[in-house]
Amino acid sequence: MADNKREIDTATNTETTGHEWDGIRELDTPMPRWWLITFYITIVWAIIYTIFMPAWPMINSATPGILGYSSREEVAQELAAANEVNAPLDERLANMEIASVVEDPELLRFATAGGGAIFRNYCSQCHGAGAAGAVGGYPNLLDDDWLWGGTLTDIQQTLTHGIRYEEDPDTRYSQMPAFGDILEEEEINSLVQYVLSLSNQEHDAEAATAGTELFMDNCSVCHGEDGRGMQDQGAPNLTDSIWLYGGDPESIANTIHDSRFGIMPAFGGRLSDEDIRKAAIYVHTLGGGQ
Amino acid sequence: MTDVSQSKPPSLYAAREPVFPRRVSGKFRTLKWWIMGITLAIYYITPWLRWDRGPALPDQAVLVDMANRRFYFFFIEIWPQEFYFVAGLLIMAGLGLFLFTAALGRVWCGYTCPQTVWTDLFILVERWIEGDRNARVRLFNAKWDARKIRLRLFKWTVWLLIAVATGGAWVFYFADAPTLLVDLFTLQAPLTAYASVFILTATTFIFGGFMREQVCIYMCPWPRIQGAMMDEQTITVGYRAWRGEPRGKHRKSAEAADLGDCIDCSACVNVCPTGIDIRDGQQLACITCALCIDACDDVMDKIGKPRGLIDYVTVEDQETETRGGTSVSIIRRILRPRIIVYTALWGAIGLGLIAALVMRTDLAFSIEPVRNPVNVVLSDGSVRNAYELRLRNMTGFDRDLEISLEGSRNMVLELQGQDTRSVTVPADETLRQRVYLTAPANSGAATAGATEIVMTVSDENSETTASEPTIFQGTGR
Ligand code: SF4
Ligand code: SF4
Repeated sequence: MADNKREIDTATNTETTGHEWDGIRELDTPMPRWWLITFYITIVWAIIYTIFMPAWPMINSATPGILGYSSREEVAQELAAANEVNAPLDERLANMEIASVVEDPELLRFATAGGGAIFRNYCSQCHGAGAAGAVGGYPNLLDDDWLWGGTLTDIQQTLTHGIRYEEDPDTRYSQMPAFGDILEEEEINSLVQYVLSLSNQEHDAEAATAGTELFMDNCSVCHGEDGRGMQDQGAPNLTDSIWLYGGDPESIANTIHDSRFGIMPAFGGRLSDEDIRKAAIYVHTLGGGQ
Repeated sequence: MTDVSQSKPPSLYAAREPVFPRRVSGKFRTLKWWIMGITLAIYYITPWLRWDRGPALPDQAVLVDMANRRFYFFFIEIWPQEFYFVAGLLIMAGLGLFLFTAALGRVWCGYTCPQTVWTDLFILVERWIEGDRNARVRLFNAKWDARKIRLRLFKWTVWLLIAVATGGAWVFYFADAPTLLVDLFTLQAPLTAYASVFILTATTFIFGGFMREQVCIYMCPWPRIQGAMMDEQTITVGYRAWRGEPRGKHRKSAEAADLGDCIDCSACVNVCPTGIDIRDGQQLACITCALCIDACDDVMDKIGKPRGLIDYVTVEDQETETRGGTSVSIIRRILRPRIIVYTALWGAIGLGLIAALVMRTDLAFSIEPVRNPVNVVLSDGSVRNAYELRLRNMTGFDRDLEISLEGSRNMVLELQGQDTRSVTVPADETLRQRVYLTAPANSGAATAGATEIVMTVSDENSETTASEPTIFQGTGR
């Protein structure tokens, strides 16, 4: 153990700390003056800093500092500046026929970039960050199949008023009956086979023929006699290879038995008109726009 | 117990000994004047050279454009992804230093290092205003009277002007020089420009005027590194002790016959910008400026002895000479394996960079396949992939680039937001363009897992094309 005798080391003429281990004594070389001065300066600087800048934590927030700096304020200013720069473009976008945006490359790029950000914020939760949706009720926005229409105006309408969103009086609405209460199991099976035949999938030809009449009686009002659907009703095309709720026999049987009822919220009122236009334009450019 | 209050620890700080280098003339001094003139001219003139690159690009021959992330060097324009050129040049610079140090010691320090060049310039001013060594020593020891104040103020003013010009020239490498010059004087220039000018002015003024050899001895890492780079065969400034010793002043005395060639006149010490005595042997503080060679040669001429008492000489040759042998020729000293290896490495990297420069195109692109989702099945069963292309137009002109698929494939290629397969990329810009590729239902690519494809971008006007491979991801069933 160290024994505390402070004395002068003769070789270096320096005071020792008094700590000694196995005959080796620790020198107490003083701090270099410049180092100490620098250290004191940093302390003084720290005090000055806390006076001028937000620093000391209080109960609700920190002391503001006499310069009144705030990083939130700075962000708000930068956002305001950015909005100001974009204001003329926003205005142009708001006042134009949405379909003619393709003729203005600058505006198109602006809207697509802005729409992408809005999409990732508000839409990607259901439709996915890549807009590919998910089987089970979240439409894929990349393909060329649209339940309620894929033109810019259609998409804008869907975004503004939603689908089956009862809080919006202008929402587009349709409901498929649950045929489990109306038809026998056997009949539902025939219908499934007929629907499979519409999209050229493997099916039982005999049952499908039996399903033809059932389809004409029960389904063709909305899905059309040819099964190609009706966009005014949001009735899907049954002849193509895209299935919102799955195209295998079991999924189709479930759909017929229990029906489906997908809801999309309206964004009118939540987002500005320009932002809805931007999102619509973004979705339209994803490859399926019509 | 000893009285603690009496202890005085030794100071770790060595105060600067003022150095007053004397004027000297000779072949190395002349060479150094030339090198000083040329290097300073390169430094000050380069930003003012012009080079036409087309309407959209700056016409400054050498420009580091930080804001747009471009580096221009005459006909070369470097984009950030081509930073390997800069890395290559830095490696060459490093190897070049190794090479020259191994062959010739610290020639970089002695002749071309900015610290040496500017210190030389500052000493020149000092000598012009205050006189040569003896006058300067007298002035240094004199009281602060009117004359001393006048001379000092005058000297500092001239130094400061040089320093401002130095710091000022630096920022011209980072912006259009003529515009910036006007902006600097009309207080329109950005704050960073003023800050850079200020910092470089301060460092030039302090390093060149007051710290001088202290920078070389205490701040610069090179003297430490040089030890590893030099060996016994390195040609460096040295004193032929076998010839000079024993040194002595009294040539007329009886024992003069036993004396060596060194008359102990201190000429070599007086001219030395770092204030050392080369006769003590190779040392850290020697920047091999060769001024002591000039000084001593002059003395040798006067006393009628052969030149070269202080000379460019290797340690090994000194030993041979001491034993009475003859030294090896300079050519043999330079043509030795170590130097040849350094030169070969240096040359190989240089050739590699030149090759890269020749093969470099002004049209390039990269493909990033969109993987969220990997593919989309369309209503007719066809399968579509999306790709994010970054098209780089590295010229000063707008270009129409046509995007196509290599080979005859039955896929359909479409550009997002475009009716045609061609898109205009503005001059000196990178454009992001999404490309859709659709394989018909049940075709090979649609049902396969992954198919390798190659996309081509071409500019009809200049007949340049670039190709990149990528993958088409089918449904796998
Ligand atoms: S010793 Fe000679 S070569 Fe070295 S720095 Fe001094 S004058 Fe220059
Ligand atoms: S200049 Fe030459 S002669 Fe004079 S002291 Fe130096 S080495 Fe000796």
